[in-house]
Amino acid sequence: MYGNLSVIDAQPNMPSEEEDPKLLAEFEARIDRGEKIEPHDWMPREYRRQLIRMIEQHAHSEIIGALPEGTWITRAPGFKRKMALMAKVQDEVGHGQLLYSAAETLGKSREAMINDLLSGKSKYSNVFNYPALTWGDTAVIAWLIDAGAIVNQVANSKGSYGPYCRALERICQEESFHLKYGYDNVVTLATGTETQRAMVQEALNRWWQPIMHFHGPPDTVSVHTEKLVRWKVKMATNDEMRQEFLDGYVPKIWELGLTVPDPNLHKNPETGLWEFTEPDWEEFKRVINGDGPCNKERLAVRRMAEEEGRWVREALKRPSQKYVAPLA
Amino acid sequence: MTIKSLDPRITRAEIPVDNESTWTPLPDMDQHETYEVFHQEKRGDQPTHVGALHAPNPEMALVFAKEQYARRSRCVSIWVVRTQDIHTIGIEDSDVFETTPAKDYREARGYRVGGKLTEFKRRRAASNE
Repeated sequence: MYGNLSVIDAQPNMPSEEEDPKLLAEFEARIDRGEKIEPHDWMPREYRRQLIRMIEQHAHSEIIGALPEGTWITRAPGFKRKMALMAKVQDEVGHGQLLYSAAETLGKSREAMINDLLSGKSKYSNVFNYPALTWGDTAVIAWLIDAGAIVNQVANSKGSYGPYCRALERICQEESFHLKYGYDNVVTLATGTETQRAMVQEALNRWWQPIMHFHGPPDTVSVHTEKLVRWKVKMATNDEMRQEFLDGYVPKIWELGLTVPDPNLHKNPETGLWEFTEPDWEEFKRVINGDGPCNKERLAVRRMAEEEGRWVREALKRPSQKYVAPLA
Repeated sequence: MTIKSLDPRITRAEIPVDNESTWTPLPDMDQHETYEVFHQEKRGDQPTHVGALHAPNPEMALVFAKEQYARRSRCVSIWVVRTQDIHTIGIEDSDVFETTPAKDYREARGYRVGGKLTEFKRRRAASNE
């Protein structure tokens, strides 16, 4: 589960002029032909840096994303839902593993990535800094946050870096279960008693702003991304992904008789685009930078898990072990 | 002060709010070495490389491989091998696999007898007239 919080950072891009022009031309020609880039190919430093950043943030999002939903495993309504939620949370952690391996092929060790997560240096998807207050929240997360993630992941699976594309294909297959599971939960609540309907409506109200934040700031304020589009690192703009999400899911929300807490939300019949009230982007920045309702808890829990499990990993170490980056 | 969470298990774990100050970074090799994973989707298929994982030994690598690569999709067998035990001619040297039209004597397409045969039949027909 990952949106597009800050794939593009504010640091000045490394100018392509510093790269060997012949190698750069071959690299770009390969991408133009629709071929994938593989780990030992020559690649521009900026391509490598942005990909490590993006795949690593995606991996962290999967790991941290397990926490808000995991909260509800012990209190899921009924045995079948408990089993299903456990399977979903296990998937998210599994996706994190696949993504860390893909990022490692670019030259950053797994230990370094985990350290950057735990020190707060690396980011993860902002939505997981919000709490899942009720069972209704887990239903909304599993349906709409996963739907948003699928829009992003399907787009990125057509990108240029082979190991990331392969990991995403496997992830998207598994996420289709999440989407069905989440929709099933939302429909169950929305077609249930008045109390159940109220629970899912309140959850939707709470989650609408994080959902609108999910694909990142509007294109008008995003950093220049032309080169990353050219290199097929970024496969769709934040606004394009947000529009695709709204197109796919707002009608389904309305069909259930639920309301979206934005009176201005409508599709403009002339442009074919959704119009809406801009979510609070200052809040988005504030939460990403550490001041959200759950940031401290999320990282404290991960640090505790790493520290308490360390003796087990130490006990299993053998002198013959040697780190080699994954091959592909 | 400890974390007070919606999740009672986290509250009970009494995690210090400021454990950032006492936490020490993971040392090198904390996550152990890497293995490459191969699976076979169904009988008759070639075993195929599907990705990599970290594990302390081959037994654990097989457990993780089953969880990470065969949790949902079809699979009838799975192999793991330490990445450092794999020897490669890498993609950066893929030019060693290139061939040239001059070597078409090694290919089925290098053998075309249609023209000779047509010409032969034409001559036979002419001499029989």
